[in-house]
Amino acid sequence: MNRLLPFEWIAAVRFLHEGRVQSALIVSGVAIGVSVIVFMSALLSGVQGNVIRRTLTAQAHVVVLPREELARPLRDEPGRTAIATVQRQAQRLRSIDQWQTVVEQTRAMPGVLAVSPVAAGPAYAIRGNANKQVTLYGVDPAHHFRIVLLDDKIVAGGTALTGGDILVGTELATDLGLALGDKLRIATTGGLAATLRVVGIFDLGNKGANQRTTYVALRTAQPLLGLTGGVSNIDIALADIYAAETVARSIAARTGLEVDSWIKTNAQFFTAMNAQTLSSMIIRLSVALSVAFGIASVLVVSVVQRSKEIGILRAMGTSRGQILRVFLIQGGIVGLSGSVLGAAMGAGFVGLWRATALNPDGTPLFPLSVDPWLFLAATVIATLSGVVAAITPALRAARLDPVVAIRG
Amino acid sequence: MADAIAVPVLALKGVRKSYGIGTPVETEVLHGIDLRLGRGEFCALIGPSGSGKSTLLNIIGLLDRPTSGTLEIEGTTTGDLDDAALTRLRGRSIGFVFQYHYLITAFSAVENVMMPLLVERGRPDDVMRGKAEALLARVGLERWKDSRASHLSGGQQQRVAVARALAADPVLVLADEPTGNLDTKSAEGVFELMRDVNRERGTTFLLVTHNMALARSCDRTIELVDGRVVAGQPA
Ligand SMILES: Nc1ncnc2c1ncn2[C@@H]1O[C@H](COP(=O)(O)OP(=O)(O)OP(=O)(O)O)[C@@H](O)[C@H]1O
Ligand SMILES: [Mg+2]
Repeated sequence: MNRLLPFEWIAAVRFLHEGRVQSALIVSGVAIGVSVIVFMSALLSGVQGNVIRRTLTAQAHVVVLPREELARPLRDEPGRTAIATVQRQAQRLRSIDQWQTVVEQTRAMPGVLAVSPVAAGPAYAIRGNANKQVTLYGVDPAHHFRIVLLDDKIVAGGTALTGGDILVGTELATDLGLALGDKLRIATTGGLAATLRVVGIFDLGNKGANQRTTYVALRTAQPLLGLTGGVSNIDIALADIYAAETVARSIAARTGLEVDSWIKTNAQFFTAMNAQTLSSMIIRLSVALSVAFGIASVLVVSVVQRSKEIGILRAMGTSRGQILRVFLIQGGIVGLSGSVLGAAMGAGFVGLWRATALNPDGTPLFPLSVDPWLFLAATVIATLSGVVAAITPALRAARLDPVVAIRG
Repeated sequence: MADAIAVPVLALKGVRKSYGIGTPVETEVLHGIDLRLGRGEFCALIGPSGSGKSTLLNIIGLLDRPTSGTLEIEGTTTGDLDDAALTRLRGRSIGFVFQYHYLITAFSAVENVMMPLLVERGRPDDVMRGKAEALLARVGLERWKDSRASHLSGGQQQRVAVARALAADPVLVLADEPTGNLDTKSAEGVFELMRDVNRERGTTFLLVTHNMALARSCDRTIELVDGRVVAGQPA
């Protein structure tokens, strides 16, 4: 007997050890449940983290736009609408008023990583007889490519832009047969045109984006788009992507401009992600519940098997509280040892996944995210669940009438 | 034994016990028992099956409460005590030996003997272990102290149970057919052991038995028939 341990711990350990087949089975059950939970959590946060990372390194978290020009409903007399449906006006390219001030103010806000004024609009990319419709983004590379992490996505050339340079996507380069150093003519709807030199080719991981997106220096795009001295939008990146909605609202309140967050513009994506999270929560909860019921049923059987011993312990002066604790501790020990084993197994599954779930080129399908807190949380929760699961059997044991137990 | 009668280890007055109270099958199985046991008495409780011996022993052992009447252990009235206080008094004052040994099989012989002290004090220590080993030596099982309880023979287990009943130095040991499940030789051995302990330590014993030969060698024999004491009250 370990003299550091109180009676309740000694008895709990001995009882579990005596019933070692039962104990081993239920500990394995807990371990399997916990490993599933750990692995699923790693998988889910890996998938979601990957999607979010891919999405949010290719777009701004918050975008400031000019005030919308609203058409007003026609009325023939007050209170009555003559023409009920009002079509939005075709929005022509307009600049944000006082955009330099907005940029400065926004850069000073806490949690803002990068602010990039952008002049963007439709254009044609023309080479020989071929011509493609593209979106021309006029940016300052020093700021903008901290929002769209283009340095990670460049496949040829670089991201530096001087007045006569252009960056194009891989898809457009293929369609027009472009290579680094080639000349490309850009024409806008206003009838203006410029001939630029391809200095970089990038891959945004999306065919449409690789077809349409082109980057030029802000000063090159402004006159072409009829926005000389102006910008069509201001892109912002944040340290905490989930603060986007709050930041967007505070900029809107301060400037009176229209401000969109990625959360609003990607609402559908969020709905899908929430559904995914919810279904995995349900699975994890069911696993946890079945583990808890498993622990409870094993302990109920143990209480029945040991009722005579419980009776004799009560006869020799053991209190109800002591008996109660003996069984609660057993639940806790089963939960703890099962979850430690399960966390190790979960880590093993993650390792196995990393070694086997690869793209043909040997890169991982997507990275699993293993948060050490996940292991700690799984262990703590499983231990507590074990104790909670033991409450019913422990109460049964504590309430056992010693007279009945010893006679029966 | 004048002072033994002046301060009885056990005093029962008008103890009644009914089962199934408030139901159509309500039956009274003890009909007003008066009983006193003095310090150091070695007393047999006999009677036909169903006469209420176990019921009476459970009430005396504070495992059950009488329906009416009073019970005093060394002058302490037990009627007003709550469950926790009864448990404490039981652990301190009373030792039990049951018919079917009832050792805790997850523990060794010596650990079983330590158990009453362990549950009272909370943690094991050397004093406890030393005392338990001495008691095991006294019942002739020193060699077996580290054996698992389930590896001992019936007679050995019952000797361990006697040692365990003595661990907390109780004033009263209650034994419900302690030899009923043993062969004649082991039964005599266990009985002699209890008799010797009674003489050495002055512990009061009350033991239920169907063995008339054993009962006759006790200081006193109380006979119970249909829930009434019919013989054995001191004059
Ligand atoms: N829990 C109970 N509910 C109802 N009746 C009971 C209960 N326990 C005991 N009895 C009854 O009380 C009476 C006395 O029982 P008890 O066990 O005290 O007898 P006993 O003298 O110990 O018998 P034995 O020698 O067979 O052990 C019996 O008629 C028994 O049926
Ligand atoms: Mg009986």
